[in-house]
This record gives sequence, C-alpha cells and structure tokens, in this order.
Amino acid sequence: MPSTDWPDVLLHVVSGKGGTGKTTVAAALALALAREGRHVMLMEVEGRQGLAQLFDTPPMPYEERKLASAPGGGEVWGLAVDPEEALLEYLELFYNLRRAGGVLRRMGAMEFVTTIAPGLRDVLLTGKAVELVRRGDKKHARAYDAIVLDAPPTGRITRFLNVNTEIAGVAKVGPIRNQADGVMAVLRSDKTAVHLTTLLEEMPVQETADGVAELEDAALPVGGIVVNMTRPPILPSMDELTSIDARTLEASLVSAGLEVSPRVVEALRAEGADHAARVALEETERARIAALGRPVYELPFLAGGIDLAALYELADMLHEQGMA
Amino acid sequence: MPSVPVLDVDALLSDPATRIIVCCGSGGVGKTTTAAALGLRAAEMGRRVCVLTIDPARRLAQAMGLSELDNTPRPVVGVDGDGSLSAMMLDMKRTFDEVVESHSDADRAQAILDNPFYQALSSSFAGTQEYMAMEKLGQLRTEADREGTWDLIVVDTPPSRSALDFLDAPDRLGTFLDGRFIKILTAPARGAGRGLGKLLGAGLGLFSGVLTKILGAQLLTDLAAFVGAVDTMFGGFRERAEATYALLKDPGTSFIVVAAPERDSLREASYFVDRLEQDGMPLAGLVLNRVQEIRAPELSVEEATAGVQRLQTEDPRVAALLRLHADRLRNGERQARLARRFTAAHPGVPVTEVYALAEDVHDLEGLREVGTLLASSSSTD
Repeated sequence: MPSTDWPDVLLHVVSGKGGTGKTTVAAALALALAREGRHVMLMEVEGRQGLAQLFDTPPMPYEERKLASAPGGGEVWGLAVDPEEALLEYLELFYNLRRAGGVLRRMGAMEFVTTIAPGLRDVLLTGKAVELVRRGDKKHARAYDAIVLDAPPTGRITRFLNVNTEIAGVAKVGPIRNQADGVMAVLRSDKTAVHLTTLLEEMPVQETADGVAELEDAALPVGGIVVNMTRPPILPSMDELTSIDARTLEASLVSAGLEVSPRVVEALRAEGADHAARVALEETERARIAALGRPVYELPFLAGGIDLAALYELADMLHEQGMA
Repeated sequence: MPSVPVLDVDALLSDPATRIIVCCGSGGVGKTTTAAALGLRAAEMGRRVCVLTIDPARRLAQAMGLSELDNTPRPVVGVDGDGSLSAMMLDMKRTFDEVVESHSDADRAQAILDNPFYQALSSSFAGTQEYMAMEKLGQLRTEADREGTWDLIVVDTPPSRSALDFLDAPDRLGTFLDGRFIKILTAPARGAGRGLGKLLGAGLGLFSGVLTKILGAQLLTDLAAFVGAVDTMFGGFRERAEATYALLKDPGTSFIVVAAPERDSLREASYFVDRLEQDGMPLAGLVLNRVQEIRAPELSVEEATAGVQRLQTEDPRVAALLRLHADRLRNGERQARLARRFTAAHPGVPVTEVYALAEDVHDLEGLREVGTLLASSSSTD
C-alpha cells in the first residue's frame, strides 16, 4: 500500500466554510480510505441528511448502513447521528437506563438536554465518533479501520471538538464531564486529524487560516487542507492571454471560419482578462494556503456535478496526492 | 417556456412602504454583501437606511466602517446623495444581556448575568443568534418609529446551516424557556411543586435522578437558580419573540432569498420560499448570486469548439480564448438548468441575477457595483 500522509490517524474530521463542499470531500476521503479492503465509517452530525443526498439513498435513520463499495473489496458505511438517539444510547451504555429515555422524551427533556448547551450535545456527537474509533481495539461486531466525520463548519469546529472547555462552563463535575475528558483525550491524540476544506477565494481562505490558528490554540491536531473546486488555468502564462490585440484575434478567428462582429472580439478579450484576473487572485490565495504550512490537496471543479462516479474520481485524486 | 418575472430591486428600494428587507439564504452565498449593497443603493436613492449585519467578512466590515463591535448602528461615511446609511454588527451576548437588563431590576439582572447557566445559554444556545437578530430588528424598528432615525432596515441573517433556522430558532428558544420541562423542573421554586409532583409521581423522581446523573448536580442547581431569577421575565420573552415574528409578516417587510446557482443552495432557497408562503410572509424575490457572466452569447459552444479545430494560426492565445469561452458557456448553461428547476417549481417568484465578481467586495465602490448588478436585470431583460 502506498504511503499516506496520515498513517496513524483513525479519526479524520472534515470541516470547512459553508459552500466549500466539505461533505463531498468527507465522502471522497472515506472512499479513498476504503481502498484495499478497508472498512470506513462516514459519520454526519448536523441532521442535514447530506450523506443520503450525496449517495442518493433514502434518508438515513440512526443506524450504521453500507453506503458504497470501494475498489479492492473495501466498504464505506454511513451513520447520521441524532443527538437524542445518541443520548439514549449513552444512558443505556453507562447506566442501563434506556427505559428512562421514554419518560425524558415525554417531558420534552430530551430536547432540553441536547439543546441546552451545544457543549452537551457536542460531547454526545464527538463521543459517538470516539466510540467508533475505540471499536478497533475491541472484539466488536463491526469495527472500522477509519472514521471520517463530516463535522460542523470551520467557524464552529473548534468549539465542537473542544468539548472539554465547552462543558466546563455548565458541568464542572459528574459523569458527562468524565465522558468529555475521555473524548478529549482521543481528539487531542495523534489518532485524530482535523482537515479543513476551502476554495481559492478570499473569505474561505481567511476562515481556514483562522480555523488553523484556533485549532492550534486549543491543542487540537490540524490535518491537511483540501482546496476544492479548482479550475486548471487555460494557459501557462496569463500575461500572454491578455496581450493579444483585437486585429490579430479577429484575423485568426476569420481564418478559422468564424465570422464574428467586433463586439464578440472584444468580448472574448474581456473574458480572457476576467480569467487572468481570477487566476492571479487564486495564486495569491494559494500562496496564503501554502504559508499555513500544512499538507495541501487539490480537487478540481467537476462541471457535471457530484454523483457517485464523481466521488470515486475525487477519491482517486486524494489517494494519488497521499491524503489516503 | 414561461418567462420568469424580474425582481425590480429599485422599485422595492424606492417604495416608501418598504420598511424592512430581510436577506435569507444558506451560508456562503453572499448574503451579507447583498444586504450591504441593497442598503447602500437605497441610501443613495435618498432613503435613511440601517443595515444590521451578523457576521461580515473583515474587509466588508471595514468598508462600512464597522471597526468596533458596540452593538449600536454607526453612520457609514462616503454615501452619496441626501439619504443616509448606518450599519451595525450584531453582538449576540450583549443583545441578550440588554434584554435581561430591560426586563428586571438591577440586582436581579446581575444575578442572571452572573449565572453560569445563563452564560452558556446566551453565548452558545443553538438559535440564540437568530433569536437575538430578531430581537435587535425589533429594537431598531421601535427606535425608527419613535425617533424617525431610519425609514428602511436591511437585515442580514445568521450563517445557519439552513435558512429556515432564522424562522425556527426564536420559537425554539421560546419553547425552551417557558416549556413544560423547565416548569416541572423548577416547580418548587414557583410554589406549585406539590401538585405537580403528585401528578407526576415517581416519574419526576426518576427524571431528576437521571438528569443529575447525566448533567451533575451543579448544573441543575445553576439551572434552577436561573429559572427562578428569570421567572418574571418569561412572559416578556415570549411576547417579544411573538411581536417580532409578527413584524416579519407585516406588509412593510420584504424577504429576499439569496442563492448561488448550485444544487444545494437552490434547494435551500426552495425550502425557504415554501416556508414563507406557508407562514404568509411577504417574499420579494430571489437574488441569484455568483452567476457566470457570458460576454458573447452569440458565439456558441459548438462554433467555438469547431473553431479551435480549424485555427490556421500557431498563436496559442486564440485557441485558449475560444476554449475559455466554451467553458464559460457550458458553466452558464449548467447554472441556467439548475435555476430553471427552481423557477419551474416557483413560477411566480421574481428573480434577479448578479454576476460572479472576480474579487470579494471590500469598499463602497464594490458595494455600488453589486447594487448596480442587483438592479440591472429589470432594465436589460
């Protein structure tokens, strides 16, 4: 198996600014990790049913389900974590109290407990991811070789993962606090990497830079940066593209049998200028991303949209670049 | 194909009956920039405008002179004409604190502000930001009516995962604060404990036992203290949320849904439009943002591609420009297909398109340019 940049990582957390395609990247990463017969769990926690939409399946219940096969006999499984169900599971697991859940639910307490403070909800969600990671150590019915967590966006990711601090405000002692401590130990270890998805645009790159700084401050392990939806430049040199004069362009077009008006000639030149300007801006953003000093992976914009075939294509690219 | 009605932005902005414009949409579609551009354009048409932004990009905030976060509208310098523009950035916690302070005496307010449970709730409850955005909108509107400071308020909505959160969150917080559960939990504090306790019997014991197990006793103590302290405010909270929600249904309010021509973004927009209709809220139209600009539509993909094959010149620039043009046309066509799905499902919703700009907006000139694009669909189509 070719070497990857993250040989020790079991839990891949994928975040990114809204609109950067973090769910797509998480799914492609899961497929890439599932090569060579490995079993990978792809988890979502925001109740959006993003996985069902992406893999074109009916809405997923809180239940581990197979989503796709990977080349070489690997499998990607999916789980849409619901905070209330996670709480019930937690009660059962630790206190053998599943029946109490019914009472709590009737009184509206489930919603209360899971929304009272995101810290409590988050510890249940991250706790579920950590439980899946730990299965690898035990003789569990279904263990996974890797877990990919489609996590909340960059703006919230540090708070989401830093459950310890978030919980400290409301629960200084008690079982949930102990649970948070245990979860935190795994999230801060070298078994975890938090990858950030971005576009070559100013705001997403700024958020990525802020996100890296916040994660580092919280001693959470920053992984790679995935630059999504890039478009290859059409020409090696942008200066050249904008240097063509109208007469030369028009003569060349006429020679190719394209009888175009002067307006179209000008429009084509203007499109070239737009493109050159965009490529120049993208280069600036690329340099800012490189300056963050993290491994960088690039995925192209796929004009046909994202379907299962496209996910396999993106997974191959992540594999070739060493992310998985 | 039936023609899609055009969103006439200038007519909306110049109509004195338009008092509130709410910009909604999923994250990352340019909502904040759209809100700011609408505000500036209205101001330069002579309106007295206040723009409430939630989480502006640093450079956009600087462009509007929003260097300090003091939760108060500040005049924006550099606006042309007789109108005026003020802008503010929402400080969620401060707004919540002010609500608490305005509803209770100083001692009681301080007890609430110091409560760890309140601190968690006011800074991180899922929905607090949306609730506070609405609260602030209500305050600004009251101020506008009382003092005549503004005749138009443009609101940007929080960067939620779903546009619907803006409408749902206040209710969620309200339900939470005066929900059955909190009443039960704090029944002794309200002097109704015995009756309720009897009614619920063993259920309640089991229930608080479980909660103590999960949350720890300290949290329940803090919570009870919080609930005890805000007891008198509950009605007020609820009433305020309801009054602001009603304001959103006012004929003077217009919703503008912002979307990018991408599948997920348009799906969110679709949900939102359905919801506005269901709740009887006035939708002005859809801003389709970041649309591929086609500068020479008369040269088709086929012609451009065939042209590349027939080129006699060695000049690589010509082939590059033709390929680039074909790419843009294909991308534009893909976006148009996605947009048609939306318009087919919502044929009555007026639409305006804004081209993707090369660079993020970071000064008033950039906002003016966006404003011109927002208003241009009505004049060219």
